Amino acid sequence: MKEELISGKITRREFAQRLIALGIIGSSAGTLLTWADKAHAAKRGGRLRAGIAHGSTTDTLDPATYENGYMSKINYAIQNHLGEVDHTGNMFPELAESWDPQNGAKTWVFNLRRGVEFHNGKTLDSDDVIASFQHHMGETKSPAKSLLKQVSSIRKDGKYKVVFELTGGNADFPFVASDYHIAIKASKDGKINPTDGIGTGAYVLKEMEMGVRFFGTRNPNYFKPDRGWFNELEMLSIVDPTARSNALTTGEVDVIDRVDLKTAHLLARKSGIKVEETTGTKHYTFPMRTDTPPFDDNNVRMALKHAVNRDEIVEKVLFGHGVVGNDHPIAPSNPFHAATLPQRTYDPDKARFYAKKAGGSIKVQLSAADAAFPGAVDAAVLYKEHAAVAGIDIEVIREPSDGYWSNVWMKKPWGACYWGGRPTEDWMFSTAYMGGASWNDTFWKHDRFDKLLIQARAETDQNKRREMYYEMQQIVRDEGGVVVPMFANYVFGTTDKIEHGTLAGNWDLDGDKFHERWWYS
Amino acid sequence: MPMSNLFKEFLSAPLTAKFGMLVIFGYAVISIFAPLIAPYGETEILGGAYELWGDKYLLGTDNLGRDMLSRLIYGARNTIGIALLITVLAFLLGSITGMIAATVGGWTDQILGRIVDVLMSIPSLIFALLVLSIFGTAMPYLISVIAILDSTRVFRLARATAMNVAVMDFVEVARLRGERLGWITVKEILPNITAPLLAEFGLRFCFVFLFISALSFLGLGIQPPTADWGSMVRDNSTLITYDDITPLLPAGAIALLTVAVNFVVDWMLHKSSGLKDVS
Amino acid sequence: MIHILKIVAQRIALGLLTLLVISLFITFGVELLPGDLAESILGQSATPETVRVFRAELGLDKPAHLRYLDWLAGMATGDMGVSLANKREISELVGIRLANTLFLGGFAAAIAVPLALLLGILAALYRNSFYDRAVNVFTLTSISFPEFFVAYILILFFAIKFGWFPGISNVSTELALGDKLYRTLLPAATLTLVVVAHMMRMTRAAIINLLASPYIEMARLKGIRPTRIILRHALPNALAPIVNVIALNLAYLVVGVVIVEVVFVYPGLGQLLVDSVSKRDVPVVQACSMIFASVYILLNLSADVISIITNPRLLHPR
Repeated sequence: MKEELISGKITRREFAQRLIALGIIGSSAGTLLTWADKAHAAKRGGRLRAGIAHGSTTDTLDPATYENGYMSKINYAIQNHLGEVDHTGNMFPELAESWDPQNGAKTWVFNLRRGVEFHNGKTLDSDDVIASFQHHMGETKSPAKSLLKQVSSIRKDGKYKVVFELTGGNADFPFVASDYHIAIKASKDGKINPTDGIGTGAYVLKEMEMGVRFFGTRNPNYFKPDRGWFNELEMLSIVDPTARSNALTTGEVDVIDRVDLKTAHLLARKSGIKVEETTGTKHYTFPMRTDTPPFDDNNVRMALKHAVNRDEIVEKVLFGHGVVGNDHPIAPSNPFHAATLPQRTYDPDKARFYAKKAGGSIKVQLSAADAAFPGAVDAAVLYKEHAAVAGIDIEVIREPSDGYWSNVWMKKPWGACYWGGRPTEDWMFSTAYMGGASWNDTFWKHDRFDKLLIQARAETDQNKRREMYYEMQQIVRDEGGVVVPMFANYVFGTTDKIEHGTLAGNWDLDGDKFHERWWYS
Repeated sequence: MPMSNLFKEFLSAPLTAKFGMLVIFGYAVISIFAPLIAPYGETEILGGAYELWGDKYLLGTDNLGRDMLSRLIYGARNTIGIALLITVLAFLLGSITGMIAATVGGWTDQILGRIVDVLMSIPSLIFALLVLSIFGTAMPYLISVIAILDSTRVFRLARATAMNVAVMDFVEVARLRGERLGWITVKEILPNITAPLLAEFGLRFCFVFLFISALSFLGLGIQPPTADWGSMVRDNSTLITYDDITPLLPAGAIALLTVAVNFVVDWMLHKSSGLKDVS
Repeated sequence: MIHILKIVAQRIALGLLTLLVISLFITFGVELLPGDLAESILGQSATPETVRVFRAELGLDKPAHLRYLDWLAGMATGDMGVSLANKREISELVGIRLANTLFLGGFAAAIAVPLALLLGILAALYRNSFYDRAVNVFTLTSISFPEFFVAYILILFFAIKFGWFPGISNVSTELALGDKLYRTLLPAATLTLVVVAHMMRMTRAAIINLLASPYIEMARLKGIRPTRIILRHALPNALAPIVNVIALNLAYLVVGVVIVEVVFVYPGLGQLLVDSVSKRDVPVVQACSMIFASVYILLNLSADVISIITNPRLLHPR
């Protein structure tokens, strides 16, 4: 198996998953694959100042309320999780030292790293992990609650071992257990204080003004020897894209996320500034409610899927910083992405053909707001023009950005939406495509699909699993209610004094862990 | 006024006012005949994003590959039409209520004044957000919300200036004569407060463009793909910090119109003031 | 004088009533907006169950009118309550930001008001001259640009090209006054450009409007110098509209600057209000609106009082 890995026949992720499946992944394998291959000539020192596109005065430090990229970056600066996703998209132990599936992946044993200290001096043990998980279970407001529904019980087995019992087998459970909400925090009497800002992370919280500024200093006792290079970390919330790029060009900050795509090439031309991007699982969609006419007719959906010129949208909305989608949510970087599935293309004749099958002319409304994703209204306007060629009439309704998620998304028959994406196929599909799932924004139910989803989740034979996921992608593409025109890159700018290893693409700015992974040259 | 007199008026106007009237006339022609003048359609997607100025696209293309010049021309039609309608509505509402408040005084004045206080003290973006989110963003709502908000400013001004006039002897006399309220406001007060109102009109008109562009910050405002200058400035504004003058085109279009309207206003102001020293 | 005091007292009493009406309007306006704090914070990831728990935690399961009455009772004793979103004392949350907002507004007003009056008086004095035209074209052009655009242009020249001033104005409380002025000069200049034209043009128009009046004609015939005529004879009588427009613009400098705050990353009250409205944090929205409303009411009241004082006929009504 190791030979296969080296010869490139299987990806690193598959390698790891086979180890998981075989139940032999251990601390040595974990270390081997995570931090060891990033031993660059990194240097300690300096203050990193970042301008972040999110942040609101209503934010809180409670992990159950993290809702934007600003809090997510603070989360990863001050706290750690059981596992972490590396630059290849693999999940590796972080606060756990290793994990071990038993009983057909229904029981998961997590062995914790020893000697890890919280910022308040407490040493990490099983009680902290259990209390941190319980914050997101039972009577809670946490968005991670639905993820953890599959956990029937958590118990400790000694000071450094936690055992999860699941209601059904899940070969991807380490991904779930490392969801960004589930930060591991210090417990007292079986409870965590969610807003104390105390974690095990590379930076210790010193000052925090919500929606304005975060300031932290390096954690001298950080448990990763080769991470957390900066002495100080300052993050400013700079919501306006122009203000953000100005702050970078005038030297007020060293890093910005979400570079304005329109002007990214101009920013890159400035001396002393680098613009970089990563391709991940982030995708933009136009979900149709398949329970509402006319979208309950698959012919209408197929007509609309053929009536959009994805290349032009990628070119004019993403300015080339992304790739076209194939009407399913699985990204090229996902391990079981069906690369052999033919790419759907703009074909007005086929659109007309399906429209005719659906009973003649199609006239629909498309609701969009830039809250759905940046450029959503422009994308909708382009869509309208493309569809007009096929004789399909789309009326674009610009909705107020305010209240978009509660008022438009999953309410209006056809709208725009974004997904940060999920590192595993199972997670993505169960979140938004399984019949009855709470974020199934197409209100779609497909028996064969749902059956495959449950089967694939517990399947440990990777080839069989791949076949199932391929079939599911095809089903969504040809029968689902979603138009996926594009996968968007994360584009960010830094000064040329910043250095880093291979970038991770699971979130913006190196998996939102830029502060612990990067350093000054 | 017969045609010849109008022409004489025009000839007698100072150079700046002539310039202003010519510009306004030009904008009017462009607005009315937009489909004939524009080289391409308003929403037609023609080429790549941000194509350069050239023979094919005189002013290049916008971010979606639509012809910039055609968008500007259609923008004139959409934006000026809406702005004019809103400003006229705002002035009708604001100046009438303002004059009534000043002439009648007492409780009428108090009630109108306090209603205006309420409307004004809510930041206008928030007020627009509340109303438009609740009622929807259809054009009639958009127009009435901005008109009502604008009219509060007109009310304050009309009331303040009319108060000064309402206590003048000739108004007292008219009152004693037993003239009706309508007659007094229209015949006695209005002619004496037109100057500040006119000055205000010239500016309010241009503030409407700006308010529409501020609304697009919140995703409210005129529905796409309709072209309007305010949103065109907003959509392309980032480019200015990279020395790209694209956003200056719609902004310049607004500025030119503002200057022109206010030059004409200045001239009318001068005439109504009765000063004879017109240069 | 007693007459004026009576008016002021009456207006302050009515002002309190106005505040009450505004608080009702705001509370129920925000209440009518789609979604509440729980839904907005959970956003795309809200599920009915988690929203229910969150609401109970926030006390949002209580009916709106009861929550309003609670808030009102608190306000009556000077307690603004706590932010729903992060449980911080609103007085503390608002305090820092109000100080920032007043600082920036005051800075801009200190430049803009004298400048506008001076430019306006000069324009009236030298009406129709080249100076008059130039000043008008310049100020008119500057207000025809949306304020964020004016800000971008200033940043382009003074921060990016010349590097004289910082591109963003993040200030903290411990900053010395000089530094603070330096860091906020660009936003203050932006605001000045935005408000100066309006006040300047009104000054000019109001003065010109009076120049044909018989008493000015008389003064002119007596051979008094034009400067003196305008300053001593025209200006005092033209004050009513000018003061009203100044009041409007001062209020704007406090209440309407959210876009400038966003562009310059300046932590002011406008940003807080917008964030709180979009997240439906009702107590914070109420607190901010009360502050803004008081500013407006006080400024309008001052404008009205000045209008009355400057007109003897209003001062001594028959």
